[in-house]
Amino acid sequence: MAGGASTGGSSQSETFAPARYWLLLPSWVTLTILVLAPVSMMMGYSFLTKEFRGGVIWEFSLSAYDQFFFDRGLFGDDPPVLQWTYISIFWRSIWQAGVATLMSLVIGFPTAYFIATRPEKERAIWVFLVTIPYWVNLLIRTVSMKFLLRDQGPLNDLLVGSGLLSEPLTIVNTNFAVQLGLFYSYLPFMVLPIYAAAERYNFALSEAAADLYATRWTVLRRILLPSVKPGIVAGCILVFVPSLGSFLAPDLLGGAKNFMIGSLIEEQFKGNAGNWPFGAAASMILLTLVMVILLISARQQAKGGK
Amino acid sequence: MQLHSDRPIAVDVRDAVKVYGDFTALKRVSLSIHDNEFFTLLGPSGCGKTTLLRMIAGFEDVTEGSIALFGEPIAALPPHKRPVNTVFQNYALFPHMTVLDNVGFGLEMLGRSKSEARKRAGEVLDMVQLSQFSSRKPSQLSGGQQQRVALARALAPQPKVLLLDEPLSALDLKLRKAMQLELKHLQRETGITFIFVTHDQEEALTMSDRIAVMSAGELQQLGDAREIYERPKNRFVADFIGDTNLIEVTVDAVAEGQAKCHLGGGHALICDAVEGVKAGDKVHMSMRPERLFLSEEPIAAEGFRGTVRENIFIGTDITTIVALNEGPDFTIRASNSSRGNSRVFDIGAEVVVNMEQGAGRLLTD
Amino acid sequence: MAMKSYDLRQYPSFKAITIFCLFILYAPLLVVTVYSFNDSVSITNWEGVSLRWYAEVFTGAESEKFKIAARNSFVIALIAASASTVMATFAATAILRGGRFKLRTASFGLISLPLMVPEIVTAVATLIFFNAIGVDRGLITILLAHIAFCIPFAYLPISARMQGIEATYEQAAMDLYATRAKAFTRVLLPLMMPGIISGWLLAFIVSLDDFIITNFVKGAGVETLPTAIFGSVKQGIKPNIMAISTMLLGVSVVMVTLSWLISRRDNNK
Repeated sequence: MAGGASTGGSSQSETFAPARYWLLLPSWVTLTILVLAPVSMMMGYSFLTKEFRGGVIWEFSLSAYDQFFFDRGLFGDDPPVLQWTYISIFWRSIWQAGVATLMSLVIGFPTAYFIATRPEKERAIWVFLVTIPYWVNLLIRTVSMKFLLRDQGPLNDLLVGSGLLSEPLTIVNTNFAVQLGLFYSYLPFMVLPIYAAAERYNFALSEAAADLYATRWTVLRRILLPSVKPGIVAGCILVFVPSLGSFLAPDLLGGAKNFMIGSLIEEQFKGNAGNWPFGAAASMILLTLVMVILLISARQQAKGGK
Repeated sequence: MQLHSDRPIAVDVRDAVKVYGDFTALKRVSLSIHDNEFFTLLGPSGCGKTTLLRMIAGFEDVTEGSIALFGEPIAALPPHKRPVNTVFQNYALFPHMTVLDNVGFGLEMLGRSKSEARKRAGEVLDMVQLSQFSSRKPSQLSGGQQQRVALARALAPQPKVLLLDEPLSALDLKLRKAMQLELKHLQRETGITFIFVTHDQEEALTMSDRIAVMSAGELQQLGDAREIYERPKNRFVADFIGDTNLIEVTVDAVAEGQAKCHLGGGHALICDAVEGVKAGDKVHMSMRPERLFLSEEPIAAEGFRGTVRENIFIGTDITTIVALNEGPDFTIRASNSSRGNSRVFDIGAEVVVNMEQGAGRLLTD
Repeated sequence: MAMKSYDLRQYPSFKAITIFCLFILYAPLLVVTVYSFNDSVSITNWEGVSLRWYAEVFTGAESEKFKIAARNSFVIALIAASASTVMATFAATAILRGGRFKLRTASFGLISLPLMVPEIVTAVATLIFFNAIGVDRGLITILLAHIAFCIPFAYLPISARMQGIEATYEQAAMDLYATRAKAFTRVLLPLMMPGIISGWLLAFIVSLDDFIITNFVKGAGVETLPTAIFGSVKQGIKPNIMAISTMLLGVSVVMVTLSWLISRRDNNK
């Protein structure tokens, strides 16, 4: 999911050059028809006029985007006022994803670094332990999280039962629950790229810095962190981007007050609102946001590589 | 020594050029390799030797020029249609197949039945003394054994030409020496033309009927071992093959196949003239260390006086470095044997450096 | 206390954080697994170990619904994983063994596209697309969307593996008179097998686990396991859901472990 355009390796093998277009044809056809064309079509839809019962009228209109940013009164003839309903949903999504990313970094960096400093044989096992949960169904993980955090759930039982708290802590349906859910969903994405970078880190650099009177924590700040920065950036993107558009964690853990982009979009197609052009426009805005982030990071990476 | 030039030409490379983007790996190289010849392409890394080998094998196309195999142009043929097999540098033994299946692979691809391929593969494995390992996987063999499997695999389909891409470079010294002899024997026994690529000049001298010395994409010299060692054409060849004293000299006169020259400091000497050298030229001269010897007093007119700076004992030989009085340093090698005509002098001793007859070789570039 | 050697690699508290990290990752899953064996109608109280909720899954009122959903899920995952693995294998061969060509980077970009576009956006786009071309939503639309979405997941382990295989193997095969097709089937393909198996398993799990895209492109009344579970959870977490979750969790863990062991065994060679 990293935005880098690495085609992998410097291998210039040409063994199968004569067949290359035939070999690529199935993927091209499938992905063009099922991903590229739909995304282009969605872009088109975002510029159409909505029909009352959820369909569209094939007429060019900016009203979907207009609706996103401006309020023109009940009948649409008042002067446009910047309207914050949807912008604030986006802003909340960015905030929630940001906090989840930060939490992942705070936990993920020490974990990745710790694994990278294990004896070589042990490392694969640690990495494996971190990756397993990612492959468990996201829905199941989110439901499990909810089960654990409920007011009468095992966590509160433990806290109250042990006398730490006198009353159960309300976590579900708070912003924090969503952040925790996102953190839980994508934590392995933070650990793996940082681990990959830390594993390649040359520890002689730490020794050289210590030899030149740097303390352990100065070494961390001045030498180690800058060295593994590409891994940290990649990890942050891998957590932030899917968090931004996630649906399950806010829907199951957040409740109605903690709406995020994903739920807003879903509602346009599944729920009662049923405004397809508006849903398409919101998706386009999300896609643009993500692409801008990926582009900037790819640019940074290209610069760093030279 | 047999005359290879009487035999038919196995591989004929004409004006071959290879360009990668803006880099020219091979600059118009022409050479003919005779049937049943052990032919070596020798040069430092990046000289184009491996590129040429891969062009013959069919892994690289020819940018310009032509390559013919027994008179047939092969540039248009894909590798699997060329009766040429390769022993790869890292062997490229198929890790998922047994040794026997590896060796039989080529025959099977040529349409033989599996049992026939196996039978023949067994015979070839016998030839390289590996039949007891035939059911093992390549990863269960030592480096030297893998090397011999690679050789057996390439020989099994009985190619017209066998290409060897630095096949011994991964082996340790002792094993490498043994394999050099084994390869030489195999070549004689099978009668197949071997084209061997190496950057190791000693290996090239040991094994080859003829050697093509290459540098920077160009053919520098083509000849048998003695020829390129004793009559190097240019500074590169003289320097790359063996050790030598490369001394700048000024030519004073050329007459009757002899050239009169002097070194810096005015030391005069006479040597064989070579084409293109005339009076007044400043050229280089190559003098092999083992063809120089030391004495206390001058033996002939052309001895150079100097002082011993260093004695280095390397087992078979003793190398002495002498600084001439007003002139360059010389390296002189004497064999560590009582039969030699040389003696060892202490550091600081005043000596005379003498040349054997014909030891000095003028180089035009 | 004996003087501890000053190991620059280790930072105090990092080990504790790692343990904490693993605890967070596994605690919810363990809790659900444990509670799936709870012999109680309430999900709150613990009333001893029992398999009654597992029995409920197979025989209870909702069992038919979940059986169909499970069958749909597994059939779709099987086909989607197989189709995407074949395409990804071919694509990797072209991209890594096809020399340099104009569409190489573009092809790689196209294959990575489903990883870069947020899943919900892909879901919306696919829904709009099927709607616009007038295809009835159902199992086929889910399958098609899954095939496309799984290609990059299958591609990653396959291409990683292929990068580790030196091109000299195919060259050696062709030098030994194998045609291009033979060099592919007899040499490259067997060597790539661990990557292909990993790719297939990962694609299978991705398809099996997918909720968002499936939720958008499934027709009314068509369910896969995740959408059926989601529908059920909306009414509250019931013990039978925990039993299903535990079983699905088991499938995922077994498959990832398999994939890991295969890639590991091969690396040790």
